[in-house]
Amino acid sequence: MRISGAQIIVECLKEQGVDTVFGYPGGTILPFYDALRDAPIRHILTAHEQGAAHAADGYARASGRAGVCIATSGPGATNLVTGLAAAFMDSVPVVAITGQVPTALIGRDAFQEVDITGITMPVTKHNFLVKDAAKLAETIRYAFRIAGSGRPGPVLVDVPRDIQTAAILFEPAAEPADMVPFAVAGAAVARIEAAAVAIARAKRPAIIAGGGAVAAEAAPEIAALAAKIACPVVSTLMGLGAFPASHPLFLGLTGMHGHKAANNCIHDADLIIAVGSRFSDRVTGDRAKYAAGKTVIHIDVDPAEIDKNVAAHIGITGDMKTILAMLVDRLAAGDNPSWWQTIAAWQEENRLPPAADKLTAPWLCGEIAVRTGGGGYIFATDVGQHQMWAAQHLKIETPRTWVTSGGLGAMGYGLPAAVGAQLAVPDKRVIHIAGDSGFKMTGAELHTVAAHRLPIISVILDNGGLGMIRQLQHAFFDRRYTACELPGVDFVAFAAAFGIRAVSVDTRDGFAAAFAAALASPDPQVIVAAIDPADLVSPMVPPGAAINAYLDI
Amino acid sequence: MKHALSILVYNQPGVLVRVAGMFSRRGFNIHSLTVGITQDPRYSRITVVVCGDNGILDQIVKQLDKLVEVEAIQLLPPETSVRRGIAMVKIAAGGDKRSEVLKLAEVFRANIVDVAEQSVTIEITGDDDKINAFIELINPYGLLEMVRTGMAGLARGASTIYDYERRDCYEQIVL
Ligand SMILES: Cc1ncc(C[n+]2csc(CCOP(=O)(O)OP(=O)(O)O)c2C)c(N)n1
Repeated sequence: MRISGAQIIVECLKEQGVDTVFGYPGGTILPFYDALRDAPIRHILTAHEQGAAHAADGYARASGRAGVCIATSGPGATNLVTGLAAAFMDSVPVVAITGQVPTALIGRDAFQEVDITGITMPVTKHNFLVKDAAKLAETIRYAFRIAGSGRPGPVLVDVPRDIQTAAILFEPAAEPADMVPFAVAGAAVARIEAAAVAIARAKRPAIIAGGGAVAAEAAPEIAALAAKIACPVVSTLMGLGAFPASHPLFLGLTGMHGHKAANNCIHDADLIIAVGSRFSDRVTGDRAKYAAGKTVIHIDVDPAEIDKNVAAHIGITGDMKTILAMLVDRLAAGDNPSWWQTIAAWQEENRLPPAADKLTAPWLCGEIAVRTGGGGYIFATDVGQHQMWAAQHLKIETPRTWVTSGGLGAMGYGLPAAVGAQLAVPDKRVIHIAGDSGFKMTGAELHTVAAHRLPIISVILDNGGLGMIRQLQHAFFDRRYTACELPGVDFVAFAAAFGIRAVSVDTRDGFAAAFAAALASPDPQVIVAAIDPADLVSPMVPPGAAINAYLDI
Repeated sequence: MKHALSILVYNQPGVLVRVAGMFSRRGFNIHSLTVGITQDPRYSRITVVVCGDNGILDQIVKQLDKLVEVEAIQLLPPETSVRRGIAMVKIAAGGDKRSEVLKLAEVFRANIVDVAEQSVTIEITGDDDKINAFIELINPYGLLEMVRTGMAGLARGASTIYDYERRDCYEQIVL
């Protein structure tokens, strides 16, 4: 059967089970849009291509299925770059399809021609420029396979306009390509045995759950491991949800703004089991001090992560679920009263003092945690202080309910990612927490929220400027504040312009009432919560310092 | 420490950029790089000489392994492989210096590939050490210009890059 290249793309998306794509049209991708018009695939027109890329990313994080974004050549494609980079840094399966100028014009600086495969090479897992129409179908299928297999990541396929209009022989895929999990091979088995021996010998073990644990769906196995040996669990920013936040073995967030009990635990541990963590600098601080005096067991799907940032004594690569299950089988049940005594002391001395009753972000996040305690919610954040407060004070209980830009730290991520997550998982409600500055970056996606009446609740923590920048200037630049304060914005009126109900609050009672009302309504909601610009995220460890070298701020 | 690596890649547009880009992006130092076709038109083969300790080498191999177009990687240590590069050196060797230059070339089994009134051009093939030694000795005679290829190499004996299996790169350090 001969069909157009554009129809082939649609057929391949259908083969992959794609139900939703996020995109923005333009000249070179119009043949595809024409074919998409009649397809059983929902197209979400975003306000900006960056929004489409972040939405595809949020869709993937919340559902585990590859997210798809579409853009035209030139500026459409370059607008995707931040979104692809965010997905790349956090290993999120995204497939981007871009239009390109016709093959005969490539290299001639044609209108809206950019070398998008060249531009995105360092921020994609792989990318393709399709020059041979006969290879289009296999390329799209391959793109999905690459995006979703092993360590997931974004893949871009650049399709020149003439390839989309060419009549091509199409053969449906034999059967949907299923993902083969990494086998756990002989050498890995020996290392699992070795790990079991080391763990049995450890006096002060700790588990670090990273984003890879979420991607590998390894939460039940982590829970089994922790329970079997009564091992404390900490989570990186990306790992939140891989272990239930309210579990008694959970000590909280580790890293630059981690909970003290969690960071102290890692610092004092004699053995750490890192599951799907790449030991980012924000997690380790000073790498040499981080690993000093402990046995490091590193479990990851990507062999290149072993020994990249922190040398592992035992590195085990492959499917993390299988590895952990094998490890649990080889361990005897145990408890560890003296280790837990030490930990309990840290937890006790770091209980938050009941603060005055002004509206603060930690209190607000705590309030949200209480009100959403029954589950059924996904939390998406932007980047900055509010992100850290959310990571510290929300309770992320299950995998794929925490959507945040960790590795890239891309401001503007939150709202479009919330859109993607909400569309991917309609039976959960997305709560989006943003700072006022990051919200301004992609706030126009409220239009997308309004257009589809997505029940997202956006909470804007308005501290009148770039809070995290102010905090860094407070801590490291002698309080010489610059480029971080702005005159106020009427976000209520902004939301109203899109037809979205918004309220602004500046007290605890005001927030509690507004949040309760938002939960009670099925409509999109914006709550603007005024907080003190002088509030600082604490604890804080300076970049590059030991993980328990807290800054007194 | 210098290490030579042979990399079998799919012969596709952009593959060299992808491989070279990985090196520059991650701050790995390339000492030399050559690329050429193989007996199978679907593949090209890159030989790259890199600088770094064993940890860096381990990362380089693992990161290369992740590139979709990389099919196989083989280390070419000096003891178990043959490695050769070519240099061409143009010397301002007219008159009486010429016979000395020619003698030196002969000692190194280098070839004279061009002779003119005021210059000779010599081609020398060998491993890095041999070429470096020759250039050091010939330099005082008036080196006008030179050009060098990177190293190309093969393992000694019957072992080939096609024996490569996606391996578990991780080497145990200590327990
Ligand atoms: C695209 C982008 N530009 C700049 C930064 C650097 N940066 C990190 S946090 C921050 C301030 C964020 O302010 P806001 O969105 O109001 O959140 P807050 O820190 O006040 O909670 C900036 C500028 C970034 N992470 N991303």
